[in-house]
Amino acid sequence: MRNITKTFGTIVANDDVSLDIYKGEILSLLGENGSGKTTLMNMLSGIYYPDAGQILINGQPVTISSPREAFEYGIGMIHQHFKLVDVFSAAENIVLGLEEEGRLDLVRAGERIRKICDTYGFDVDPTQKIYNMSVSQKQTVEIVKVLYRGADILILDEPTAVLTPQETERLFAVLRNMKKDGKTVVIITHKLHEVEEISDRVAVLRKGKYIGDMITSQTNAQEMTNMMVGREVSLNIERPEPVNPRPRIRVDGLTVRSADNVLKLDDVTFTVNSGEILGIAGISGCGQKELLESIAGLQKVESGTISFVNNDGSEESLIGKDPLQIAEMGVSLSFVPEDRLGMGLVGSMDLTDNMMLRSFRRGRSVFTDRKTPKKLAEKVVDELEVNTPGVSTPVRRLSGGNVQKVLVGREIASSPTVLLSAYAVRGLDINSSYTIYDLLNQQKKDGVAVVYVGEDLDVLLELCDRILVLCSGRVSGIVPGKEADKNKVGLMMTRLGGGDSDE
Amino acid sequence: MFDLFAFIPRAIVQGIPLLFGCTGETISEKAGSLNLGIPGVMYVGGICGVIGAFLYEQSADGNVQAFPAIAIPLLACLAGSLLMGLLFSVLTITLRVNQNVVGLAMTTFGVGIGNFFGGSLIKLTGSDVPSIILSSTSAYFSKTLPFAHSTGIFGKLVLSYGFLAYVAVIIAIITAYVLKRTRVGLQLRAVGENPATADAAGVNITKYKYMATCIGCMIAGLGGLYYVMDYASGVWTNDAFGDRGWLAIALVIFTLWRPNVAIFGSFLFGGLCILYLFIPTGTEMAVKELYKMLPYVVTIIVLILTGMRNKRENQPPESLGLPYFREDR
Repeated sequence: MRNITKTFGTIVANDDVSLDIYKGEILSLLGENGSGKTTLMNMLSGIYYPDAGQILINGQPVTISSPREAFEYGIGMIHQHFKLVDVFSAAENIVLGLEEEGRLDLVRAGERIRKICDTYGFDVDPTQKIYNMSVSQKQTVEIVKVLYRGADILILDEPTAVLTPQETERLFAVLRNMKKDGKTVVIITHKLHEVEEISDRVAVLRKGKYIGDMITSQTNAQEMTNMMVGREVSLNIERPEPVNPRPRIRVDGLTVRSADNVLKLDDVTFTVNSGEILGIAGISGCGQKELLESIAGLQKVESGTISFVNNDGSEESLIGKDPLQIAEMGVSLSFVPEDRLGMGLVGSMDLTDNMMLRSFRRGRSVFTDRKTPKKLAEKVVDELEVNTPGVSTPVRRLSGGNVQKVLVGREIASSPTVLLSAYAVRGLDINSSYTIYDLLNQQKKDGVAVVYVGEDLDVLLELCDRILVLCSGRVSGIVPGKEADKNKVGLMMTRLGGGDSDE
Repeated sequence: MFDLFAFIPRAIVQGIPLLFGCTGETISEKAGSLNLGIPGVMYVGGICGVIGAFLYEQSADGNVQAFPAIAIPLLACLAGSLLMGLLFSVLTITLRVNQNVVGLAMTTFGVGIGNFFGGSLIKLTGSDVPSIILSSTSAYFSKTLPFAHSTGIFGKLVLSYGFLAYVAVIIAIITAYVLKRTRVGLQLRAVGENPATADAAGVNITKYKYMATCIGCMIAGLGGLYYVMDYASGVWTNDAFGDRGWLAIALVIFTLWRPNVAIFGSFLFGGLCILYLFIPTGTEMAVKELYKMLPYVVTIIVLILTGMRNKRENQPPESLGLPYFREDR
């Protein structure tokens, strides 16, 4: 790719990028959110068309103006958001868009799919409907789809963001098989340890510009981060000592059942202190969401008590209060769901309006006050380095990381006494993640009780003062962050109390 | 009392315009275009056929031949509906105007066109009654199959219709097969379900949407033609077509987007529409009106049932009614 430039409105997504991809290698494309990795690869796969520049394949200049043409050159892309039709079967999705000889024969296609699966070690049932599949199965279908078309160059856009460590391992094994088969793999990611584990070469983009490339084995995480961010970044998360911690929220014997009567939380007891960060660890779906929602008043509680401890030591029960009353007491929930926009922000509204969602009840006049939220929006954009054309841009138009910054920024700006934050750094690049950690630490120093639900165990161990480990809805144990050991916590997540391992 | 063998053929002829409309709308909706202009399109199809037949009858001067008598109104009808389809496509697909707005506007527009030209033609003929009668061309449209009268009940139930009725059933069967079993059908459904996916797979979204909408409109237009030339025996009266277009759209939901089911669905709807004619005389007017409600009641019940069963295959195409932008994030 030579001198590629692509702009969206006033945002330059790619600026004069030149990138070489060699046959039979695994190349990592590294960059922060919004640095133009996906845009660049979309141009290679024919989704977008470059405004300027030239794409060469085997030395020949080519024009790729549609995904179909990309397939003709053997380029296939697996998108971050899967491009699959839910009501179709796997086989129907795979043959979609193909111009094969003869009539549509799903049985024969199924046989070919099984053959591809056997070669690379996948497991796909061609007749299974997509809406019955797990995320990792869907991803497999995507990969098979590309291989079925005879692609030689596979581009994967953040393939591991949605996978468990075991599934990631399996994916990497498949990718290595493909490399052995002479195929080229480009993997877009911002997880450094994955770059180190899988790729031969790493290329870095920053703010739409091409920074450089390195042989993976000759570099290290620190060097890659510096290239990505453009300045020295400390990879250590600071953990200031909690100042004068006092109980803020007391949860006692909390039991919650879901709508279909499944026990979600069972007899959970713990205390959240002001001025400290309480981490909550657990495999996904073991009750973290229900726990936070119970505190914020969004869940129906079966039994147990949740009480808010005032500064003078008096206690007030949170159960039975509606979310608005709880929010007014200073309990703030910033929950970042998988689709990032689901709870908390309205995608089609702009930054200012989203800020107003928290503040519109204030003020006595019939008309809403737009000036204060606008100032707040500008402040958030400024302080958190949100990459946006302006505060009147709909939130949906921002990239994922920027959306999260807006959400977390707004919750913090409401100066809460308790900050509940779930998956605040989900899908964020390193630099943005560290900005968020700093923000949480700042809150902690100000005496706010922070509850942090996270996915990355390493971060939990470094950031939190205490870690509450949940195991299928029950408290498996509370460990101090400093002394916690990753393996021990991992075991506690899967087994109550982390008792004797069978191995 | 209740004469089933008189009832069924009448239910079927009532159902045929609905079947055309329903098949056309299904094709369009499967590609993600919610064309609420179908009632207007059917009006336009009808009036274009009438204009074609009128001009031909005028020029033939009493010497009406079979082939042109059928071909001219047919082509006029297809051309008129195609223009309506193109209008809808340009507005919603190329210019990405809201489909509901365009559809409703087109319905109003189509009904207006029908009544305008219908009124003008009535003036031209200078007839005493507010309608045009095109009996000589209509005779060719409503000609029954041979043996219809010599084969007893079978002939009456199966062979006693004009050729367009059989065309409607054949089109519905072909559409069902194409949608379910062919590559074109698979890609068409993908466009309606998830255009971004289809686009990434190399399907030309614009082409498929245009084709589906235009072909759908042409098929729906035939429903208007059948109504005037066969069902109404070549008599055009303003507003006589009524709300059959809306019934056709209701039928699409009723049949869960399946043209093969639509064949029986349309006969059932046709039956429900005329059931009030078969209730014993002397029944109160109000009861009659209740009977006329039946098709809509049935549609609502089916909606509730499919909503409860919640099977993904029975849901409307996922991106129905939504425009598609490629460079939107």
